[in-house]
Amino acid sequence: MSEDYRGMWENLGLDLVAHDALLEVLGTGYGDIYLAQNDRPEGMGYFDFVMSEVHGLRIKELMDEKAAGRKVIGSFCVFVPEEIVRATDATLVGLCTGADFATDEVETLLPRNTCALIKSAFGFKLGKACPYLESADMIVGENTCDGKKKSYEIFNELVPNLYVMDLPQVKSVEGRALLKAEYLRFKEAVEQLTGVTIDAERLKSGIEIVNNKRKAIHRLTGLRKADPVPISGLDALLANQISFYDDPVRFTESVNKMCDELEQRIEKKEGVFSEKTPRILISGCPMAVPNWKLPWIIETSGAVIVGEESCVGERGARNLTDDSRDTVEELMEAIVDRYFQVDCAIFTPNPDRLEHIVEMARHYKADGVIHYGLQFCQPYLMEAMPVEKALEEKNIPTLRIDTDYSMEDVGQLKTRVEAFIELIK
Amino acid sequence: MRNVGIDIGSRTIELIVVEGGEVIESKQADSGFDPMTQAGALLEGVGYDHITATGYGRHLFELALDVPTVTEIKAYAVGANALFPDVQTILDIGGQDSKAISLNGSGKVAKFEMNDRCAAGTGKFLEIMAHTLGYSLDQFGVGALEAKNGMQISSMCTVFAESEVTSLVARGEDRRDIALGLHRSVVQRALSMLKRVTVKEPILFAGGVARNPCIRLLLEETLGANILVPENPQMVGALGAAILGGKSG
Repeated sequence: MSEDYRGMWENLGLDLVAHDALLEVLGTGYGDIYLAQNDRPEGMGYFDFVMSEVHGLRIKELMDEKAAGRKVIGSFCVFVPEEIVRATDATLVGLCTGADFATDEVETLLPRNTCALIKSAFGFKLGKACPYLESADMIVGENTCDGKKKSYEIFNELVPNLYVMDLPQVKSVEGRALLKAEYLRFKEAVEQLTGVTIDAERLKSGIEIVNNKRKAIHRLTGLRKADPVPISGLDALLANQISFYDDPVRFTESVNKMCDELEQRIEKKEGVFSEKTPRILISGCPMAVPNWKLPWIIETSGAVIVGEESCVGERGARNLTDDSRDTVEELMEAIVDRYFQVDCAIFTPNPDRLEHIVEMARHYKADGVIHYGLQFCQPYLMEAMPVEKALEEKNIPTLRIDTDYSMEDVGQLKTRVEAFIELIK
Repeated sequence: MRNVGIDIGSRTIELIVVEGGEVIESKQADSGFDPMTQAGALLEGVGYDHITATGYGRHLFELALDVPTVTEIKAYAVGANALFPDVQTILDIGGQDSKAISLNGSGKVAKFEMNDRCAAGTGKFLEIMAHTLGYSLDQFGVGALEAKNGMQISSMCTVFAESEVTSLVARGEDRRDIALGLHRSVVQRALSMLKRVTVKEPILFAGGVARNPCIRLLLEETLGANILVPENPQMVGALGAAILGGKSG
């Protein structure tokens, strides 16, 4: 960190000792996994900087925003519509969920067989180590899986500002009506929090900012079709992860700038891995910072990741929000339309996801798909077997991995991943 | 051309020397707590043109000697194919992991399943259970075959199964019946893994647990199929690695 942020962290109520330990682990992990890669695009320098300041400068920026009267809203899910938040000049940030933290304390509140992501969210709160959570004026929980929705009942006791958003589980007329009602209720809550009334102009501007961010991510993902691939899967994942933290306008510019560089690389046939390196699509649960375990294993075993069918990836960024209408009502309908297409595994049935996996495997010319399921994540683990069966019927080799955030299974995962790469070569 | 394959497993290390398509030497040692030293000792005095390492210790070996590596899965496929050219399915139950592999027409891996991080249903499970019941590992399967009525053992976790066995012993159950129950539970787990990769004959059974006569019999009974067991079922991986002749997977 280039500046001393200890006073700021103390004011936020962080446990400085635990937080120091976290930053040290994060820094070492980042060095071993990210900085050890070869031939990274120069444009990744920006993202390296953001990561190095992820609990520092970025938090200071949020504190400055707050001092200027603007609000910070924290979220755990891609169903929370950023357009609405942006329309009030507030900032939406993803909350810490990607590492085991204070697990012993977490297990006094949650069953042991709860998924690592939920446990992590609790761990960062109980261990006082997530400055995003502590700086948020509103924390949005959302009724996706059973684990999350039941755990929010308990989380509500830990934070004073939890707002729970209900979500449909079926893509029906009634399901869409529920989503619309919940987004209208959320809009009111955000208006109340910020004191800003959302008019059409504000909403359009919010949509534009968020759409531009998505367009930049689409541009980046499109460039990964090339062989050799101009950017590693780890780096592309990092850009996706940072999209949940960074200032959206600056993020958009930085991604676009890096894409200019990647286009030149493609023209010169330069890549991070040699041509004909086996190409893998990852599909399944989201990977939040610093959950880089599986991509790291894959990309140090002789393959390159060419896409993420994930909330931190294409599931989260797919589709723009139509901004061609002129009234708040119509724009809200467009927002509902956009999010109602998200093919999260909480929906039943969920055929769109399967189609998207097949489409992505073809689009990015993947030689195989690795399905990543977090242990105890019922929705994605339940879908894993039908996904595997359907992909194999289409002659797309598939490997199912169930894992968590711990490092104890790295040896076995490496054997499986290497054997899978031998198989698709 | 003289090629060596070395399989550094969790419990044992196997080394095979192949020349002109024939196995001219094979050796085995326990992995112990320092598998690299054990592997080095096995290699002493063995001349070769190429060497390939497999097994869970392959990467340590790769770092120490800069040799190519192959996963156990591919090594077993290549080795099995050399021993029985028509083989379609491989079940390997080793000291710490187990895998089911299906092969396509040309002997390549089509699909595989592997146990996850815990050692349930592996050789280690049998070893601990044999000890709990006072059997040597060699006699465990033989003892189980003498059972009149097998017990139902519901725990697959080694720790839970051990307490379950202890309570059955305390109830005065015949240890042979408990032994059979334990063998059945290992076979059940192997079967569910096999079924996920599809079970096509001929089926090869390899790894240290293939030495156990009770597991072999139960597998044949439940599959309703003959299973092939190589003369030395622990050498299949090393053989496959040797045949790869210095090529990595």
